[in-house]
Amino acid sequence: MLQLNFDPAKCIACKTQDCLVKCQYLRLDKDKAKTEMQKIINGEDSFVLHDCVTCYACEEYCKMGNHPFYLIVERQEGKGILPAPRSIATMWINQCEPRGRFTVGKVKERALSFCFIPIFPLWATGKLFDGIASSYIMGEEFFCNAVFLHYAKMSVIKDRLPKVIENIAKLGIKELICLHDECYGTFNSLAPAYGMKVPFKTTHYFEYLYEKLKELKDEIKPLNVKLAYQRPCSNRLSPKTQHFVDDIFNLIGAHRVKREYVGENALCCAEVIRMGQGYKIADDVQKRNLEDMVKAGAEYCVFNCPMCYLSIGDKVSKRGLKPIHIIDLCKMAIGEKTAPGV
Amino acid sequence: MIDIYNLLAEIVGEQHVSNHKEERYFYGCDPGLTPPHEPDYVVMPETTEEVQQIVKLANKEKIPIVPKGGGLALTGLVIPQKGGIVIDMKRMGKILEVNEKSRYVVVEGGVTHGMLQNYLKKHHPKLRHSIPDSPAISTVVGNAVIHGQGRLTQQYGFNSDMVSGLEVVLPTGEICRIGSHSISSQHWFSKGAPWPDLSGLFLGWFGTTGIITKLGLRLYPCKKMRDVMVFLTDKIELVPDIILKLTHTEMTEDIVVNEQPLPPRMKGNIYILIIITGDSDEELDFKRKIIWDALWDIFESRDGGFLSVPADMKPPLLEMPSRDVVRFADVRKGGGFEYSGPIIPLEKYPEFITKQKELVSKYNLSYSATSRVIAGGHCMMYAFAFTFNRADPDEMDRIRKALREAAEFTVEQGGMMWKPTIEEQKMIIERMDPNTLKIMKKIKELLDPNGIMNPGNWEA
Ligand SMILES: Cc1cc2nc3c(=O)[nH]c(=O)nc-3n(C[C@H](O)[C@H](O)[C@H](O)COP(=O)(O)OP(=O)(O)OC[C@H]3O[C@@H](n4cnc5c(N)ncnc54)[C@H](O)[C@@H]3O)c2cc1C
Ligand code: SF4
Repeated sequence: MLQLNFDPAKCIACKTQDCLVKCQYLRLDKDKAKTEMQKIINGEDSFVLHDCVTCYACEEYCKMGNHPFYLIVERQEGKGILPAPRSIATMWINQCEPRGRFTVGKVKERALSFCFIPIFPLWATGKLFDGIASSYIMGEEFFCNAVFLHYAKMSVIKDRLPKVIENIAKLGIKELICLHDECYGTFNSLAPAYGMKVPFKTTHYFEYLYEKLKELKDEIKPLNVKLAYQRPCSNRLSPKTQHFVDDIFNLIGAHRVKREYVGENALCCAEVIRMGQGYKIADDVQKRNLEDMVKAGAEYCVFNCPMCYLSIGDKVSKRGLKPIHIIDLCKMAIGEKTAPGV
Repeated sequence: MIDIYNLLAEIVGEQHVSNHKEERYFYGCDPGLTPPHEPDYVVMPETTEEVQQIVKLANKEKIPIVPKGGGLALTGLVIPQKGGIVIDMKRMGKILEVNEKSRYVVVEGGVTHGMLQNYLKKHHPKLRHSIPDSPAISTVVGNAVIHGQGRLTQQYGFNSDMVSGLEVVLPTGEICRIGSHSISSQHWFSKGAPWPDLSGLFLGWFGTTGIITKLGLRLYPCKKMRDVMVFLTDKIELVPDIILKLTHTEMTEDIVVNEQPLPPRMKGNIYILIIITGDSDEELDFKRKIIWDALWDIFESRDGGFLSVPADMKPPLLEMPSRDVVRFADVRKGGGFEYSGPIIPLEKYPEFITKQKELVSKYNLSYSATSRVIAGGHCMMYAFAFTFNRADPDEMDRIRKALREAAEFTVEQGGMMWKPTIEEQKMIIERMDPNTLKIMKKIKELLDPNGIMNPGNWEA
């Protein structure tokens, strides 16, 4: 049985209790945070378990690497606390179940992971993906399953993830380039947190794009546009990848606007919050987020996660910003794509 | 011996009549399970007068007549049980008038839903009609004759409730005008009220009392925007209550309830599609919130919740007619599809879904249960829908048995079979109040003294 590497002693020693104090959705001061975390550690009930919107952020806030969010998920599941209606979780469980409908390209030692998101093969084209586009894996058999963190279903992750790792390793892949943050976060945070060995290297596609753009430097025409970046919930599992956003923007001559909701203080797309907590919180988060982008003078909203893009792309557009995925933005810089309309 | 073929050719022109084997074969079957039976002739008239002459000829010679639209009712209603003449209405395809102020359209008997949809989109974008999910070649008249339901049925009732006048060729050959235009030929705004509503002599009769050559149909505002909300629950017993709460808001266009085991994401849940319309983002947003609030207690109890539908998933859910429905109809491949769609009281939904699951496992069938809420929730259409391969007689037999059991169950539960097969009609007739049946018989004998119209149907 896979056990979470969580050390209660680290929490006791913690001076900041940042995991809960910094939470954007629950109001806790340091003392309250300590008490509630202790309750959670002890397996007692805490309002945190009920009111958590599953934004993943406390995984990033905790500088001790102690996985407070994974513990919350474990405890929610143990107590039968449902962060979202049962039917939504059931839908995900059934939808993501491996059923032999995966596709594997001409896989080499270095391969792309398309999750089972149909838009990825359409994005992973052109010079940026020269020589690797055909080396891909796609399908539920390779799906990281991190989504179940939103539904208090750690058991599903523990059940399916080891097999996923095995499926990928069996293909002889030595380096997996993850096009979805969830995938990267799973292999670099979630799997190690449960002592799962990942026998291949994983690279965040930001890093891949950055390296590729450096190779194509001569073809880059500075975009000279003002960008807001939409950070997804799953990037909280791999905060170290954040600098690549600025690195890429610098390379392509784009300017990131100064925002209130940035980095640790970023707001997610809120569509998962909508399903779990209802429209009131979700609308408020989206309103604040979009107003912040507009106020900061952004012309574009740059997406990392395709689900964020599909969920709020329209809303971004209605606020007068151009929604674009970061891959398309890079393609624009090398002249492979024209600027989208609002 | 009188040469019917030549007489028909004189009426409609030689190109538009046939007694060839190919046509007789084609017009002798439908996509459902009713055994085929060929007509002797197929004709395609172009005008009311041609229909009148054909009917007069048939009545004189006592030849059966079956009017046919798209032939997609699926329950054998256009299969000429006693041979005779199939009148294919498709050449009567003119859209005669749109009244933008009183919001109605007058169409000829062969106009299809697809034609009307495109016509309105192009010429009257502020108006729409209630589009069913049948393929676009199904006719407005055929759909009204079987009391069909469409995208506006939740708001305004059966599509037949939206009829605003009829022109009918009676079985004895007279042309009869029903509704407001019976007194003033220009006005097609009412099918009866405030006078006796004689449209009831033709709607629901499956072409056994006359041939509708023109039909007035109410049109409705076409809002600039449509959106879809999807509510999921795993508690079947909550569905009537959910619908009650939704219809209480008076904010929804269409409400469709789906239960099916495939694709896997649908397994284990009931999907309730809620369509909303508006002229602005604010209007849509307002409606969305009212609908959320209406189901908030169920959401909070975690017994159900709204799915966040990504932008790329919305178009197929909003499409009219729904391609997914048509796709399901052929999911087994092999061109077989039949559904019995009883009209049931709202509170009976859980019993019907339980019955469907029982039938599916008993007869080993693939299925989809799609239900549409009717007229603000007074009742709903519950489709026992089965798709089959026509080359698999065993599967067809199992579905026949399942549908038979479904019909018996419907009657037991107080539901009304929609577009019943002849066998189901007999089941209904056996149980009907004798005085109701007497009225039906009298009407039929009065209008069709020689029993030439779609014989076999609604026969006591
Ligand atoms: C995939 C699929 C989805 C469907 N979805 C829906 C749906 O959402 N809603 C719905 O209501 N139905 C649905 N149906 C059922 C059916 O196809 C429609 O109701 C269709 O509109 C029937 O019209 P038709 O022209 O095919 O009628 P037909 O089958 O041609 O005729 C129906 C009846 O009307 C009679 N008739 C036809 N024309 C005349 C006339 N001019 N005068 C007098 N009698 C006439 C016929 O004799 C017959 O008894 C669906 C069918 C399929 C295959
Ligand atoms: S996941 Fe987000 S909402 Fe939940 S406790 Fe952590 S920071 Fe707060």
